[in-house]
Amino acid sequence: MAQSEPRTLFAKIWDAHLVRAETDETPAVLYVDLHLVHEVTSPQAFSVLRDRGLGVRRPQRTVATMDHSTPTTPRQPGTKLVIEDRECAAQLAALEANCAQFGIELHSLASEQQGIVHVIGPELGLSQPGMTIVCGDSHTSTHGAFGAFAFGIGTSEVAHVLATQSLLQRRPRTLQVRVEGKLRPGVTAKDLILAVIARIGVAGGSGHVIEYTGSAVRALSMEERMTVCNMSIEAGARAGCIAPDDLTFQYLAGRPKAPQGAAWDRALARWRALPSDPAARYDRTVEIDGGALEPTITFGTNPGMSAAIRGAVPDPGSVTDAADRAALDRALRYMGLRPGQQLLGHPIDVVFIGSCTNARIEDLRAAASVLRGRRVSSRVRALVVPGSRQVKKAAEAEGLDRVFRDAGAEWREPGCSMCIAMNGDQLRPGQSAVSTSNRNFEGRQGAGGRTFLASPLSAAAAAVAGAIADPREYLR
Amino acid sequence: MTLQPFRRLDSRIAVLARPDIDTDQIIPARYLKGTTRTGLGRWLFAGWRYDENGHPRTDFAFARPEARGAQVLVAGPNFGCGSSREHAPWALLDYGFRAVVSSSIADIFRANALKNGLLPVIVDAATHEVLLASPGMRVSIDLESCSLAFGDARVSFSIDPFARRCLLEGVDELGFLLAQDDAIAAYEKEDGCAR
Repeated sequence: MAQSEPRTLFAKIWDAHLVRAETDETPAVLYVDLHLVHEVTSPQAFSVLRDRGLGVRRPQRTVATMDHSTPTTPRQPGTKLVIEDRECAAQLAALEANCAQFGIELHSLASEQQGIVHVIGPELGLSQPGMTIVCGDSHTSTHGAFGAFAFGIGTSEVAHVLATQSLLQRRPRTLQVRVEGKLRPGVTAKDLILAVIARIGVAGGSGHVIEYTGSAVRALSMEERMTVCNMSIEAGARAGCIAPDDLTFQYLAGRPKAPQGAAWDRALARWRALPSDPAARYDRTVEIDGGALEPTITFGTNPGMSAAIRGAVPDPGSVTDAADRAALDRALRYMGLRPGQQLLGHPIDVVFIGSCTNARIEDLRAAASVLRGRRVSSRVRALVVPGSRQVKKAAEAEGLDRVFRDAGAEWREPGCSMCIAMNGDQLRPGQSAVSTSNRNFEGRQGAGGRTFLASPLSAAAAAVAGAIADPREYLR
Repeated sequence: MTLQPFRRLDSRIAVLARPDIDTDQIIPARYLKGTTRTGLGRWLFAGWRYDENGHPRTDFAFARPEARGAQVLVAGPNFGCGSSREHAPWALLDYGFRAVVSSSIADIFRANALKNGLLPVIVDAATHEVLLASPGMRVSIDLESCSLAFGDARVSFSIDPFARRCLLEGVDELGFLLAQDDAIAAYEKEDGCAR
């Protein structure tokens, strides 16, 4: 391939990380710059290393945190944390022992940098443009917001990366999702990505890396870009990415793990060459009118089943494909919804503001802007779970914790919490939640729980209304 | 370490026709708290297999007599979407499945399945439709010839040649990667000055 051939952002990163190019017979050997590790998908990988007498090839490219099964119960500073779930406690202890044995930096619950793995990577400046980033977690696509190739892997692959800092990969195809126009007030990055998933489908990105382009994407803040890239996996994509620009570089400048001094200048020169060349070709392109988007909420049991918040629940009777009709019918029965009913006013029991999708400081500010001076409905339990200890600290410095507490919401410790419901934060059977997380699968937030995915603005509005509500009526 | 080789499989099929069966259905997150990969078959499809009191549901597909002993699961399109948890193939294997057949299978699940000797088989829509409508039917999967046979029908499926070789020979990918040590070291040396 001639070097002058125009290339996409993804192609530039891919080419730069080839230890060995792929052939018909063998996949590429792809070098990994950053490996993020957490307690749930790593213990069996460390066991593989021990069983085979292997070490971690590049511990300095590996960073671990505790997030999935950690308690988020509010606690007083200085008090000893007791993890009541013995299995969770054992899993956390295993991570601690593994990191100690193999010399890996760990942000344990005592660390000031602890938090959800996809929140702390960017926060610490670990996630940088042009990198290959992996983690045993499908929402690793989040880090693509920095112009990285970031993707989720299984536990066998976690072992591969620990032992060899490399992975065997077939080159994915590219899908450009171009969103032009200006998002209207009350329409957020979450609404944008829900609309993208609805448009291309939950398998629409299979085998592809999505690059989000267009004026509506360029106008997003770094945190909003993370929200968009985060949910690429919900469209089935291998990864999602956005070209780095001055906003990216401003975000990174001065962060603890970002390059400093002369190294920063060299990095900047490399990063500026990363965006897709103007004539670069994508395997597919989908165009979306950003100016036409509405606040969006899911009504079903996968993230592709969504509608404008002022819209109605679709009628399975109007679906022609028999399998799709049956799936929609089953989803509505699970969710306790009637075909044709308005989403606005549907009563809810729980609001969850948190997760690697929407638990950064801007998300908390958005939720607080709705809740300030208002009360959470007496029928609703509202949980606010910051994405990291740093986010929690920043929110408290701005007084956001007071806003949430004064409104009657719970202000909790950082972690994945009710997004994955492993730590005791969960819905009871039959409860309905408006959640800022990323998955509305059956039982995802607790067995029998019903999840409506929406933005922090919409979640906060629902908390006040005690029902699905239009966030635009709560904007100030 | 070697993988259990996969050459040929003759089995009846169990069927879950729903599309987009996600990994939270295959094994709910509350069963991911362990530190080993064993014993997860008990929680396979736990949300569907058991009622709220933890008793097996008699109306679940696997409870039917025709599904007994099935080593091949035929599922609706986009099987295995959602999280990257390798507990999903571990649970399927522990329960007794050796192959999953669908018209499409999610990327991460497919990669995880291959690394554990669970064969993902992608078939055309017409074949898929026949299989979905035939729980309990006997099928024969031959990885050597990449074919799936049932009744008088025989269809071929495609699979990555490397994955096929690993499965046939029982070679695991980590061994292959470890053998690339010189190339990785050379890459690191050359690349070291760039970042």
